[in-house]
Amino acid sequence: MQAYLNIQEVTKRYANHLALDNVSLEIPQNKIFGLLGPNGAGKTSLIRIINQITAPDSGLILLKGQNLHADHVTRIGYLPEERGLYKKMKVGEQAIYLARLKGMTKAEAQKKLKDWFAKFDILDWWDRKVEELSKGMQQKIQFIVTVLHQPELLIFDEPFSGFDPINVNLLKAEILKLRDQGATIIFSTHNMASVEELCDQIALINQGKKVLEGEVNALKEANRNYTYSCELNHPVTDWQSTLDNLPVELLGSEVLPNKIKLRLKTNSTLNSNELLTMMIPLGALTSFQELLPSMNDIFIQKVGKTAKSASDE
Amino acid sequence: MNKIILILKREYLTRVKKKSFIIMTFLGPLMMAALMIVPVVLATMQNIGEKNIAVLDETNWFIGKFEQDDNMQFHYVFDSVDSLKKQVLQGQYDLLVYIPRPELNIPVNAEIYSNRQIPLNVSSYIKNTMGKEVETKKLLASGIDPDVIKSAKATINLVTIRLDEDGGETKSFTEINVALGLFGSILIYFFIFIFGSQVMRGIIEEKTSRIVEVIVSSVRPFELMMGKITGIALVGLTQFLLWVILTGSIYGIFMLIYGVAEGPQALTTGSPITSQADQMLPEMDNEAVIKIFEVVDAINFPVIIGSFIFYFLGGYLLYAALFAAIGSAVDNEADTQQFMLPVSIPLILGLVVSNFIVNNPEGPLAFWLSIIPFTSPVVMMVRIPFGVAYTELALSMALLVVGFLFTTWIAAKIYRTGILMYGKKPGYKELWKWLRY
Repeated sequence: MQAYLNIQEVTKRYANHLALDNVSLEIPQNKIFGLLGPNGAGKTSLIRIINQITAPDSGLILLKGQNLHADHVTRIGYLPEERGLYKKMKVGEQAIYLARLKGMTKAEAQKKLKDWFAKFDILDWWDRKVEELSKGMQQKIQFIVTVLHQPELLIFDEPFSGFDPINVNLLKAEILKLRDQGATIIFSTHNMASVEELCDQIALINQGKKVLEGEVNALKEANRNYTYSCELNHPVTDWQSTLDNLPVELLGSEVLPNKIKLRLKTNSTLNSNELLTMMIPLGALTSFQELLPSMNDIFIQKVGKTAKSASDE
Repeated sequence: MNKIILILKREYLTRVKKKSFIIMTFLGPLMMAALMIVPVVLATMQNIGEKNIAVLDETNWFIGKFEQDDNMQFHYVFDSVDSLKKQVLQGQYDLLVYIPRPELNIPVNAEIYSNRQIPLNVSSYIKNTMGKEVETKKLLASGIDPDVIKSAKATINLVTIRLDEDGGETKSFTEINVALGLFGSILIYFFIFIFGSQVMRGIIEEKTSRIVEVIVSSVRPFELMMGKITGIALVGLTQFLLWVILTGSIYGIFMLIYGVAEGPQALTTGSPITSQADQMLPEMDNEAVIKIFEVVDAINFPVIIGSFIFYFLGGYLLYAALFAAIGSAVDNEADTQQFMLPVSIPLILGLVVSNFIVNNPEGPLAFWLSIIPFTSPVVMMVRIPFGVAYTELALSMALLVVGFLFTTWIAAKIYRTGILMYGKKPGYKELWKWLRY
């Protein structure tokens, strides 16, 4: 399948540091692509280049095989991390203005806005000034304005910051719906739980370089560390010494009356079936599961020390 | 281009709809009309309340010489000074003018007693009348007829005429030119500052409200900057034109009412002093009208108004770009100080120097400052009413255009980096780096 966006060897240098160092990415069509990385990794620099807010020093960006061009901004919707609205302007008037900057006509913008406002049940905000709204309310309007012109490519930078859990769920549902309707979505965040929930693919950037790229499940597989959890009812009395003779490492155990819970680590030479067979003599097996690393684990593992020092800042 | 117009429209409409704009639009002409009308009204409202004035003239020179009018009633009395003083204190008279018998034979001293502050025009009237009387007496004593002196007096109308190279002659009136020139340059100075800082504040607002990144994902930073600058320029022009129209009509309406109501009345029922003036009016009127026509004729309105608009726009564009750069570089208005000073120095210099330039509008200082783009809008306006060679004007205008293209180019570079920078207060070194990105 052809990638929607091809980022080829993009480099961006600011006066005293290298923001992006020869980064290449392929963002597949009609997928949610997670752009991950610690603070200052270069995510925002890359997003700004895709939005043509800044230009790369070298490298190419192709949108559906075409060189990125000024007209493409109407096909992109961008919700920046640092976002706001004109405080003194009325909500409806402002939304129409922002939509027209994206190339919509006034009538078209008005009609679609009314639909979205009705959907979010906020029609009565239309004539209110932005400064009268709470931060969460303003975020909703920003979200609507971002998606209003039905862009093929949507870029969300930390979209959930400032939302309560109910609205986070509402937004997640909308984002998934937009993908199902055909949009390609770039999703930049620190929130790993939402990455696992939403993203089909991710790329991890650290210190201006791409560290990792791929499908979420494949990455988890690739980064498996052969850890398993298993639960046994009525374990044999010498289960501990039996385990010591097996080629496994006991990471932790929890002993309950008539029940034990174990966390085990093996190595790549032993597959899960073999391990399972070895466990059967120990008792009545009720649960056996391989523990794949969470995106959080992978993130921390790959970014390592640099992430730690970045978050200490 | 389409998007610049959208931005321009928003910038223009939000400002024009603001209460402060509407208030200023109406207040400005009222203030300007007041400046023109108040002196006229004051001149006709010298009624300070009737004064009863006792005149004790021991010399007998001035009996019957003080003429009464609406304000002053003169009573020639013969009494002792002390009892008259008491009467003043009791309020029978407001004033006592005491002219003592002189030690020599010419009276040069007089005393005025009052229990209140004496109005300046009363005391000066008394002084003048006495002076004239003494003068006449002295002339007569030397055998000179005062009428001879009167007829020998002459008023000189000094008309300066400029010889143009093409053989034409233009009458010029220096005072009018000074007033017009200074007025034009002060107006340009204020317009540049008021609307330039609106650009700056608008950009700071976009930065602090964090809407700027949303917008620059739809339009190029340069388009946003230019839309804002041109939108506010139109606000300035709108305000200026409304002021001209409103001031003109307020003044016109006032003159109409005043001319109809006060004019004939003053002629028929005038007080002694004004009726005196009225008697001279027909003669003077003609002269004044001719003079006004000459003055108006001598002012080259198309050139003055045309160059005012050009220099306002050119100067505004040049400085607005710099103000935009400053606005983009800082996070709040308090941080603008360090950059505002160097930017405003040329403007302030131009205004200060204008006061000297009116005395020598063709001097080297005037020439150079009206050529350099940073001072030319303010300084050239001073020179234009005196007449500036078209080649000089063209050079100055061309350099102003080059000047604002240059500042816009610089500002665009600082702006596109600055609007996305938060949290650090940049110095000049930082700005220099942004210029070279």
